[in-house]
Amino acid sequence: MTLWSGQSPHKEALINYEFLVWRRTGGEAGAYIGSARVLLIVVLAATLLSSGSPDEKHISIYSNVANYSLPVLQRKGVDYVGLLELLEPLGTVSSTTSRDHWRIRYNNAESEFIAGKTRATIRGTGFGLPAAFLLENGRGLVPLSCLSGLLPSILGGPVSFNQAAGRLFIGNVAVHFTAQVSQTAPPRLVMNFTSPVNPSISTEPGKLRMVFSHEPLVAPGSRSLTFDSKVIPSASFQESNGAAEVIVTGTVPLMATFSNDGRTITISTPQTAVAQAPPQPAASAPPAPTPVPPAAAAPAQTPPAVSSNRRFFVVVDASHGGDERGAALSDQIAEKDVTLAFARRLRQEFEARDLPTLLLRDGDVTLTLDQRASTANASGAAIYVSVHATSQGTGVRLYTALTPPAGQDHGIFLDWDSAQNKFLEASSLAATGVAAELRNQQISVRTLVAPLRPLNNLNRAAIAIEVAPPGSDVTQLNSGAYQGLIASAVALGVSDIRTQLQAAAK
Amino acid sequence: MIPRHLIIGIVVMLVVALAMGLYVLHMRGTAGRAETTAAAVQPVAPPVSGPTEQVTLYVAYDADGSLRTQLIRIPLPAGRQERAQELLRALLSIYLGNASPHPLGPDSEVRDVYLVDPGLAVIDLNGAFAQGHRSGVLVEELTIFSLAETLSANIPGITRVKILVEGKETESLAGHVDLTNFYDTATMAQAVRELQAGQ
Repeated sequence: MTLWSGQSPHKEALINYEFLVWRRTGGEAGAYIGSARVLLIVVLAATLLSSGSPDEKHISIYSNVANYSLPVLQRKGVDYVGLLELLEPLGTVSSTTSRDHWRIRYNNAESEFIAGKTRATIRGTGFGLPAAFLLENGRGLVPLSCLSGLLPSILGGPVSFNQAAGRLFIGNVAVHFTAQVSQTAPPRLVMNFTSPVNPSISTEPGKLRMVFSHEPLVAPGSRSLTFDSKVIPSASFQESNGAAEVIVTGTVPLMATFSNDGRTITISTPQTAVAQAPPQPAASAPPAPTPVPPAAAAPAQTPPAVSSNRRFFVVVDASHGGDERGAALSDQIAEKDVTLAFARRLRQEFEARDLPTLLLRDGDVTLTLDQRASTANASGAAIYVSVHATSQGTGVRLYTALTPPAGQDHGIFLDWDSAQNKFLEASSLAATGVAAELRNQQISVRTLVAPLRPLNNLNRAAIAIEVAPPGSDVTQLNSGAYQGLIASAVALGVSDIRTQLQAAAK
Repeated sequence: MIPRHLIIGIVVMLVVALAMGLYVLHMRGTAGRAETTAAAVQPVAPPVSGPTEQVTLYVAYDADGSLRTQLIRIPLPAGRQERAQELLRALLSIYLGNASPHPLGPDSEVRDVYLVDPGLAVIDLNGAFAQGHRSGVLVEELTIFSLAETLSANIPGITRVKILVEGKETESLAGHVDLTNFYDTATMAQAVRELQAGQ
């Protein structure tokens, strides 16, 4: 079983729950040892386990306690699910096996099932199953189609089960969303969710696909949405195999950005993502070469759009976030929170100097390193600035990439792992400029190279800033004055060399 | 009516299948126990004794964020792989000591070192090493470069280093420094020079 966090859909704690279940029932199964029937089952089970299908069917369960998924098992053409595994995350559960009788106790409710029979007793009341109950090595399997009737009796509350989609909602847990296209030029699709979401995002020509595996997202009024926009004409909602999917169609490449702590997703063209920033003098530039991410990684954005009117702007990346906390700087301070606060302050300082800024993470959301690199590469920014924080040492460390051995580039498509190679000079220039300004502000600074992703995946000047406290007091990392001093120096350093960076980006 | 020879054949096949199933289960159990025992007893080859040789260790110092060379004499076996293991054992004994300049988490170990021709060294750390490691760009970088550069400086012919954790590729050591790629020792030398300068 895959168990997700209860309250926050961002957290994905993968637990091999099957193992726990099999251990728990091992004592009862032991009663059968010696019988040829069990040996046969063991041999057959071993054979089946070793030939597992990669396209396993799943059911997702959403509740106030936990969100998780379970494998669906097919027996004689009927879909089954393990009842103990299903109930385990929801409350206190125990089961006992006596010959063909399987008793399960959930909190104070007792139920009894008989192997091969379609009659069961739930809380002392008879219950008809649509297919026979199965007992496999002490593991009780119930037909999937009975869950909408069976679970309310056991749990004592309402459930909503979409069997075709493999999605089970226990209680009032649904996440709703609205979608609206803003009439800006070019338009943006703004999707607001009632709870934070963290879908996996992929793009294909004409489509941006968001898969919500962990969130109890439900369809809006209509599964098909149309918008009064030629750029983003429609979106659709689908559900299957325990996941919901929103597909946005577009006539131009689209990218998604998160805000409002993961409650808002804005779909736009890469240029629109920075359109909120003050307009800058136009500069003509060809598209930067595009690094190709590894096939296994799902890039969050499309390749960079060709822009003949590129403006100078900065991408600031608050490292970590969501279920990735980064370093524990103290008992109370997590690195992800300091980096976000500092990144916001950096944006403020950049924009105060007329340097439009795109914040890659503007909330407590999880972004993979590939997603960060893809977004930054697609944005067309002149420089990428990653923010880290540490409790060790003092002052500021500035890093440029230590790239791995170069792979093979194919035309404008750069090797993903060594994409930064052609931009190292620009990155060093940026680091030197920023270091000079930090020193002017009497801030201790050190410039280093480091094997720090995603610096090596970026096709533009890229630096990382690791901020340490000014002295021994770690809480100073949260000091507005300290953050402001560093952010101001960094912004000034970048601003001073913007002409060179712009030239390097061409 | 099923012919008698067919029934006998089916019964024999079932018995063979059952016997093979039981044998496989038995063998799996034996192999699992053997692996556990081996891992528990000694993750790296036992210390050697005999004549000592002078080696150069690259030791990380957290106080000024530097990597410094330290010459020591340790007994070294003849084989390249065994020498690599001894070098890292000596380095870790400094980090796990009382006055460690760069403390590692308790039970941190190098499970094994593999020298794969041409020029590749694979360092396999145990889970406690990664889990107990402090998180931060510089502190992680110091550890990785210390291990890799110590090998590179003392074992001729190493051009690339790969770090695994519990035999598997891991995204980072403790949330920052990349472990998915190979480290090119020539490229790494530049970073090491910078780290040798300290704060």
